[in-house]
Amino acid sequence: MPPRKLPAVDAVMVGFGWTAAIMGLTLTDAGLKVLALERGDWRDTATDFATTFDQDELRYYWRHELFERLSRETLTIRNNPSQTALPMRHLGSFLPGVGVGGAGVHWNGQVWRFLPSDLKARSHNIQRYGRAAVPADMTIQDYPVSYEELEPYYDEFEYLCGISGKAGNLNGKILPGGNPFEGPRAREYPNPPLEMSYPPKLFGEAAASLGLHPFPHPAANMSRAYTNPLGVQLGQCSYCGFCEKYACGNYSKASPQTTVLPVLMRRPNFTLRTGSEVLKVNLDSSGKRATGVTYVNARGEEFEQPAELVILSAFILHNVRLLLLSGIGQPYDPVSGKGQVGRNYAYQITSSVNVFYDDKILNPFIGAGALGMIVDDFNGDNFDHSGKGFIGGGFVGVVQTGARPIETHPTPTGTPAWGSAWKKAFARDYLKTLSIATHGAVMSHRTNYLDLDPTYKDVFGRPLLRMTFDFTDNEHRMSNFLTDRAAEVARAMQPREISVNYRKGSWDVVPYQTTHNTGGAVMSADPGSGVVNRYLQSWNVPNLFVLGSGAFPQNAGYNPTGTVAALTYWSAKAIRERYLASPGPLA
Amino acid sequence: MRLRRAWRLASVLGPLVLLGAGSQAVSRQPDAAVDQAAPTPPATRNPAATAGYDPVSRGRYLTIAGNCAGCHMSPSGQPFAGGSPLRTPFGVVLSANITSAVMRDWSQGQFYRALHEGVGGGGSHLYPAFPYPYYTRITRADSDAILAYLQTVPPVYNRFDRNKLKFPLNNRGLMAFWNALFLKKGEFRPDPNRSAEWNRGAYLVEGLAHCGACHTPKNLLGADRRSAPLQGGVLDDWLAPDLTSNNRIGLGRWSTDEIVEYLKTGRNARASASGAMGEVIASTSQLTDADARAMAVYLKSRAASPEAAPRPPPAEQVRAGEAIFVDECAGCHRMDGSAEPRMFSPLRENAAVQQRDPTTLIRIVLNGSRAPATDARPTPTAMPAFGWKLNDREVAAVITYVRNSWGNAAPAVRPRQVAKIREDTSPSAWPLLKAQR
Repeated sequence: MPPRKLPAVDAVMVGFGWTAAIMGLTLTDAGLKVLALERGDWRDTATDFATTFDQDELRYYWRHELFERLSRETLTIRNNPSQTALPMRHLGSFLPGVGVGGAGVHWNGQVWRFLPSDLKARSHNIQRYGRAAVPADMTIQDYPVSYEELEPYYDEFEYLCGISGKAGNLNGKILPGGNPFEGPRAREYPNPPLEMSYPPKLFGEAAASLGLHPFPHPAANMSRAYTNPLGVQLGQCSYCGFCEKYACGNYSKASPQTTVLPVLMRRPNFTLRTGSEVLKVNLDSSGKRATGVTYVNARGEEFEQPAELVILSAFILHNVRLLLLSGIGQPYDPVSGKGQVGRNYAYQITSSVNVFYDDKILNPFIGAGALGMIVDDFNGDNFDHSGKGFIGGGFVGVVQTGARPIETHPTPTGTPAWGSAWKKAFARDYLKTLSIATHGAVMSHRTNYLDLDPTYKDVFGRPLLRMTFDFTDNEHRMSNFLTDRAAEVARAMQPREISVNYRKGSWDVVPYQTTHNTGGAVMSADPGSGVVNRYLQSWNVPNLFVLGSGAFPQNAGYNPTGTVAALTYWSAKAIRERYLASPGPLA
Repeated sequence: MRLRRAWRLASVLGPLVLLGAGSQAVSRQPDAAVDQAAPTPPATRNPAATAGYDPVSRGRYLTIAGNCAGCHMSPSGQPFAGGSPLRTPFGVVLSANITSAVMRDWSQGQFYRALHEGVGGGGSHLYPAFPYPYYTRITRADSDAILAYLQTVPPVYNRFDRNKLKFPLNNRGLMAFWNALFLKKGEFRPDPNRSAEWNRGAYLVEGLAHCGACHTPKNLLGADRRSAPLQGGVLDDWLAPDLTSNNRIGLGRWSTDEIVEYLKTGRNARASASGAMGEVIASTSQLTDADARAMAVYLKSRAASPEAAPRPPPAEQVRAGEAIFVDECAGCHRMDGSAEPRMFSPLRENAAVQQRDPTTLIRIVLNGSRAPATDARPTPTAMPAFGWKLNDREVAAVITYVRNSWGNAAPAVRPRQVAKIREDTSPSAWPLLKAQR
């Protein structure tokens, strides 16, 4: 049966998380009739993650209540093109969300701006360290947008969310207590930093004693009650320690639900249709214009949804896959280097140093997603890379997200993994242990990319996405450098002992690192080096916009959400002020 | 007892329909237009801009002030199409279709008589579920304006048997006796010794807005107890609190501005609307500032209800309640009950918390509650249900603690009071759900 054709809308958005919430606000403000299609369910604080049950570690983390269901759709994974990719059957390294709000529901709330130099990674590093600093296979490129251009949109997102933090660079003036390395910001954070707990304080004191520059992690966890510019209200964080991988029942963590949806859902020109999975973007016969999307509802019925404007606002992996499935743009070929869709997939590299005390009770069960002290001295190009053999960097710090009891059982190196010795060490150390984390950038590389799998298919018979990814020498050298710096701070904290956990070997899909997948639909200054232009508009199909971290040409040493949101605001403004007046290519 | 309760129910149509919605709020997403366009607001977004112009615009505003849509909304959300059920132990009464499909056939005289005397277009008696004991105070000019507006509402054609009451109550003629006993017909007469603002407030509170339909206690036959106006009433397991100037349980501590803020936004520094009042806020939030203020001025002018110092609760129960409060409630309401004004309802010195009758508190703790979303306060903050987590003894203890801490004082709650409301409000006790299908 052919799909039933529905009445046209002005704009259809595919996926309903952070980017769609922001884009939906702007487009409805402009008077457009906007439809969001979300394949998951409606989710609401009091109904779906009430305080009476939201701290259920078994249900939410171990049984993946808020994450994608791999039995419906997964992706195949391999480290390099010579291997045969196999389906990921269990979530591990990254945890994409499902349902309204997307991963914006179960994130930690760590909100960063990229450094000005991060956005010029290629030209900046070549200029400072010479051509040899960027090897031939390192396919990094400059973002086609500058920090100065994005600053107002970083600001807008920070005020939407009520970020708790301390400015380090206010209009060029370096302020004590903030991050002195950050790009200049036009105004202070909307809320003061969270109340710092003991472990981050210990880290901050030790880091300062080494001449580093500790500052509070910018947090989407509320240090006090906040009403955002839309009039939506958030409550003060209770430091329960269930942000990461959980939803907040106290309205204390910024999410689409707690910042945007109360306003957006009331607008008569906005519609959300849940249980609606988009199968492809439809093109007209020229292939240069999107006519809408085809989706299937929860009953398995297919619909054609015509729209003047199509916005891909799903998670990066789904946006890239939809481009590939819809035949938009040329798929990337790592051998010839031709094609753009799927190129420059990147990720994050993390490591840690565990610190064990005998004499300090740290109460690690207290926590908030971004409750921490950080040093940025080793991020981006904040330090001299000469002779180090890598570019890029990352932040180092103690973020006390909450030592949830099933997940958290730190024991020193050499402790057996089970049995009475393990129990004894766990009982001795649980209250007296903290962990210093490093959070490093991943540069893009010729053989790290996304394409369609030749073998495996989803429930609708469509090929799965295939991820080909591994850390390169650049990442390992950089991460080892960060880990060594973390260990230096750890020793300065004067503990009983430390254990240093370098990130060794190939990237592994099993242990959790971060859900900071990037690239594959890269933004570029010219059509030959990316999928979308500087306004996230498809080079091939001008009435198609692709939002999210897929636009990152490579990843920086920060969590991506701040930049994802800033780019969305930036794109939305261009659509509203320029595209709607005269639909067509914006760059 | 059953009879008495039934009449109380039937005597106030408005709240009942609302209550059904309110009590399901936490599981039903009333604020979210999922899988459908957000319902187009019935041309009421900014009534203030047009109030006072032509009769149709004025009538539209008056239907908002009277919260007509509250009861006459169809179960599928069509404004004024009727068919919303109210639950009585005798059966189900459905609200009338008052779109132009029906109202175009009504004359101004017929409509005025319906409001004024409780007699329908065909000459038969209406049940006092339709609040004509209040609407009788509406002026002829306002009556005509309301009808003029209703005659412009896009017609909805539907057919349903409104009267599902059983013999003998299905005999509308019985209402003539009820009216003879309790209906005090007559338009509102302004008090020349009071300001125009006060008189406007009195007209709204006592007439069009029919506040007493819920907030005035009822006698055995479901009529207002005239000796206790606006001193709080219980309806279908909700308590509409005391609106007199009583300092502890009434509006005594509220300033005029605070009452205005509450009516316009559903929240103020002292309280948040919940339950049936949450739905009423959908109307009051659209009142002009002048009308909201007039209502506040009138309410503030009323004498305090008699004060009776409650007996202190058992210390052991309070101690048990405190432990539960710290574990389950303090995250939002704070250890000192100060909560987050306008976000999470403060409990400290909150009049609603100290009502003699704890019905609403029990209900909210058992089943949860969602604050109304308004343009000014769009966040529909909600309290989750605790009924699955706390037993009757625990619910009674934590409520007793809240009612007797931080300066609050109110009678202790007994577990059997909790048990009764648990039973009354459990989904299996909702015949109306079946009736709707």
